[in-house]
Amino acid sequence: MDTQAGPPKKTPLNGLFREMGARLVDFAGWEMPVHFSSILEEHHAVRGAAGIFDVSHMGEIHVGGGGALLLIQGLTCNDAARLQTGQAHYTALTTEKGTFVDDILVYRRGRDDFFLVVNAGNTDKDFAWIARHAEKDVEVVNASARWAQLALQGPKAETILASLTPLPLRSMRYYHFLEGEVRGVPSIVSRTGYTGEDGFEIYLPPGAAADVYRAILDAGRAHGIRPCGLGARDTLRLEARMALYGNDIDETTTVFEAGLEWIVRLEKGDFIGRGPLAREQETGPKRRLVGFEMLDPGIARHGYPVFEGGREVGTVTSGTLGPTVKKNIGLAYVPTALSAAGTRLSIGIRGRQAAVVVVPTPFYKRQR
Amino acid sequence: MSKGDGIYPDDLKYTKEHEWLGLQGDIGTVGITHFAQSELGDIVYVELPAVGTAMVAGEPFGTVESVKAVSELFAPASGEVVEVNTALAAAQEAVNRDPYGEGWLIKMRVAEPGETAGLLTPAQYRKFIEDEAN
Repeated sequence: MDTQAGPPKKTPLNGLFREMGARLVDFAGWEMPVHFSSILEEHHAVRGAAGIFDVSHMGEIHVGGGGALLLIQGLTCNDAARLQTGQAHYTALTTEKGTFVDDILVYRRGRDDFFLVVNAGNTDKDFAWIARHAEKDVEVVNASARWAQLALQGPKAETILASLTPLPLRSMRYYHFLEGEVRGVPSIVSRTGYTGEDGFEIYLPPGAAADVYRAILDAGRAHGIRPCGLGARDTLRLEARMALYGNDIDETTTVFEAGLEWIVRLEKGDFIGRGPLAREQETGPKRRLVGFEMLDPGIARHGYPVFEGGREVGTVTSGTLGPTVKKNIGLAYVPTALSAAGTRLSIGIRGRQAAVVVVPTPFYKRQR
Repeated sequence: MSKGDGIYPDDLKYTKEHEWLGLQGDIGTVGITHFAQSELGDIVYVELPAVGTAMVAGEPFGTVESVKAVSELFAPASGEVVEVNTALAAAQEAVNRDPYGEGWLIKMRVAEPGETAGLLTPAQYRKFIEDEAN
């Protein structure tokens, strides 16, 4: 979500997408493709073969210098000291309350060299937040305009990308990365993604993005690749229970409420929001983000109320048809007492009560 | 492609909410337009009234949901539902594939078949969606 006025920003692929006939929408202040053919077809292509996404709207922030690790440790809840050079992790920039300034990726490119990937709509806020807390011996640069980002996702991703790069992709582990050329273009390539499938994210100079995008599409054609938009990105991430900032998490939801305890390392030392999170770990969060399946027809959407015995007890944060799981699914905040799998609740859908059941997540987990 | 390039059959009338009405005597078949299905994308759920439900021109009578959005349906005329396309429950994609054929939604008995003049002709509808896009 974004409230920025003015015309939407365009990624380096905007012109190509217009030629391709993509349906473009305004997302977080950017004009982005929501789909090329159909969300369902694109979703299935990623689960079964491969899909290529332009995610150049994401922000990139460089944090470097002798004080870089200390700064990141003080601003995030995961333990960046555990990152080896060439490794990345998922973490959160936390507020004093233990809620989310943003959920981000931290890449360690060297002892004192970190690369942060942040949500498009939060880029300016995050940069200001990080810069405000930076003290001596650290340089913080909003480098978003210097990087385009492509996500190649799906079981055929490795085969397709291997034809375009000398990087040893096969031995690259999940949440690791290498720097090298992709079709001759200097890039950062990480084994990461937002779909629940194997795949890679490629950071590269904006001027080369259209050529590399086209090369990946050409190389992937024989493998069933499809260009994919943000619509399929949303159904894919939701089946894999990955949070979407502004929908599932924000400055009012704590990291524990969101079920992301695995990114909280209280033992690493102090960081902004550690106090409230330490207390919440003791008591347990009062409410939790749970997955649900619809038992009645219809799709629950962001903001719909959740009821238990006629009483409103929570709110839906995301909902969709899960194209792979073939059920209507979603996420909602509910009181902890109602968060166990099997709990029956209902959701108000435009005046009618639709039955749902709390289920374990992720809704979809790929076979390895 | 311009927004008006979709297909809008001559024998139908159209609403500004993107429904179509095909009249045969006092029986009107109702669906959504090519433009509407294209804007919505993959349709995954259609909620329709039961046979016998009263329809009031301009008032909501059901919903169509795509993967990404939900959209209300508005009655193109007043009258009563006489038939519902129950085949859609298992094959909502027909609304995308064939919005004027297999993807029809309901049939209604139109109370005043002579009073549908307020609806748009294909040319008027085409101009309406082109103006909306600009």
